[in-house]
Amino acid sequence: MASEVVQLTRRGFGQTTRRDAWWVQPLVVFIVLASFLVYATWAAFQNKFYAFGNYLSPFYSPLLFSDSPHAWIHGGRPSWIPAFLPFSPALLILPFPAGFRLTCYYYRGAYYKSFWADPPNCAVGEPRASYRGERFFPLVIQNVHRYFLYVALVFLVILSSDAYKAMWFFNRDTGRQNFGIGLGTIVLVVNVILLGGYTLGCHSLRHLVGGYLDQLSRAPVRKKTYDCVSCLNRGHMRWAWLSLVWVAFSDVFIRLCAMGIWHDVRLF
Amino acid sequence: MASNQSFAQNIVESGQRAAARSNTSAGTETRAGTFRIWRGMGASGQLEDYSTSVSEGMVVLDAIHQIQAEGATDLAVRWNCKAGKCGSCSAEINGMPRLLCMTRLSELDLEKPVTVEPMRAFPPVKDLVTDVSSNFRAKKRIRKFTPRPPDAPDGTWRMAQSDADRVQEFRKCIECFLCQDVCHVLRDHQLHEQFVGPRLLVHAAQLEMHPLDILDRTDELKESHGIGYCNITKCCTKVCPEHITITDNAIIPLKERVVDNHYDPIAKLVRLMRGSKSTDTGQGEAR
Repeated sequence: MASEVVQLTRRGFGQTTRRDAWWVQPLVVFIVLASFLVYATWAAFQNKFYAFGNYLSPFYSPLLFSDSPHAWIHGGRPSWIPAFLPFSPALLILPFPAGFRLTCYYYRGAYYKSFWADPPNCAVGEPRASYRGERFFPLVIQNVHRYFLYVALVFLVILSSDAYKAMWFFNRDTGRQNFGIGLGTIVLVVNVILLGGYTLGCHSLRHLVGGYLDQLSRAPVRKKTYDCVSCLNRGHMRWAWLSLVWVAFSDVFIRLCAMGIWHDVRLF
Repeated sequence: MASNQSFAQNIVESGQRAAARSNTSAGTETRAGTFRIWRGMGASGQLEDYSTSVSEGMVVLDAIHQIQAEGATDLAVRWNCKAGKCGSCSAEINGMPRLLCMTRLSELDLEKPVTVEPMRAFPPVKDLVTDVSSNFRAKKRIRKFTPRPPDAPDGTWRMAQSDADRVQEFRKCIECFLCQDVCHVLRDHQLHEQFVGPRLLVHAAQLEMHPLDILDRTDELKESHGIGYCNITKCCTKVCPEHITITDNAIIPLKERVVDNHYDPIAKLVRLMRGSKSTDTGQGEAR
């Protein structure tokens, strides 16, 4: 009978008797999220190659100030932005979707594990003995999630409009816009579908459309809406990852087309 | 004393029956398995290896009983129904909180010793038995079900099935406390006094979302129940043997209700304009 002395005290960082590769999941989350963060930051500072014909990168939409035909207000850098600050139209809008994802209930759980090891994974020892949770500053700010949701819903409408515009190609011969579908159109439509699945399955939205009611049956429209949001919410993690990867891919696609490295294929 | 002896005898006989089954099952392959089991009184103890024969269909609790019958008669393990419904035999198998009676040996790699430990979130008593009484004390802190006045003169209520269905999920809880065990707030940080834990949040959700209940517990949820300590790792959902969607259907909706009443200025403004204390449109005086 072999013996091994183990105390039932708090385990140290990474200590566990789990047999599975518990570290794989947080590592993958860390790599994908960190890669996205690095790429999105780089792309936001580029301030070029964000549009190709009727396609506009979702990283730059809504395009508030630019010389591009996609811009809402034509002209370059607004005068009210201090000269010492770097400028790119993406920097004005990206904090909102970034905030939406940063305060998202799913991502919170994921990045607390992979970036902060709090805990590294279920039933695995943590590096720190102290813990404050989301009760105090700064993490109490996570409760602002629903406000980012409101902005994300507006962005969803704008991106849907971009996807619609991506179906209208300028015909040089006639000088008119013709309906068509290109590879970029499909990329932007899929982007809206995935972002829609993610945004409309948000836990806060689920609460706001009816979750706060104890007698939902008395509000049939709310009940139906709640059921639809709940349906999307069940796959929130999948929507979160797919939409994250696809929004980055959409930018890559349009950027490489604009740089002349990739060529858009017009399907009809 | 006599009843204790009889109880111990029952355990031994149960293990002997399991051992006999595993040896005589026609056509069933029997093989040796090693179980590394925590043995000790209180917080100090050690993992000890026990070898026993295992066969198809056995669960970890069968193996534990067999080990008891074969020699470790003083091995303490809490169990009752052997059907995953009483929530007594909670422990940690290969590092993950699970029910001993619902973990089939066929799911485990028997080439290596199977580690069986008590739940780490609770004070150990003896071997695999822990003191889970903190959960019952915490439950007393949650205000009880308080229904609105009866809807009918005969003292009964009317509610829609769909409204009842929503909280029905939470009633599946068998109080095995595996969710409490895996929750790092309790397990690693031992904040039992500040945070009631996932099981009790499920209980609170069951009351808060009940179509007849009129109390508003969001103040306590924020303050004394410490819902803000939950950082949504979803480990509780992962280990729940009843597959209750603890995080998504209980904890996050409660967090959102707390946001309504404590962190959302627009919701506060809407409530002021409506002249109500809370955004909920339930019929209670506090809603």
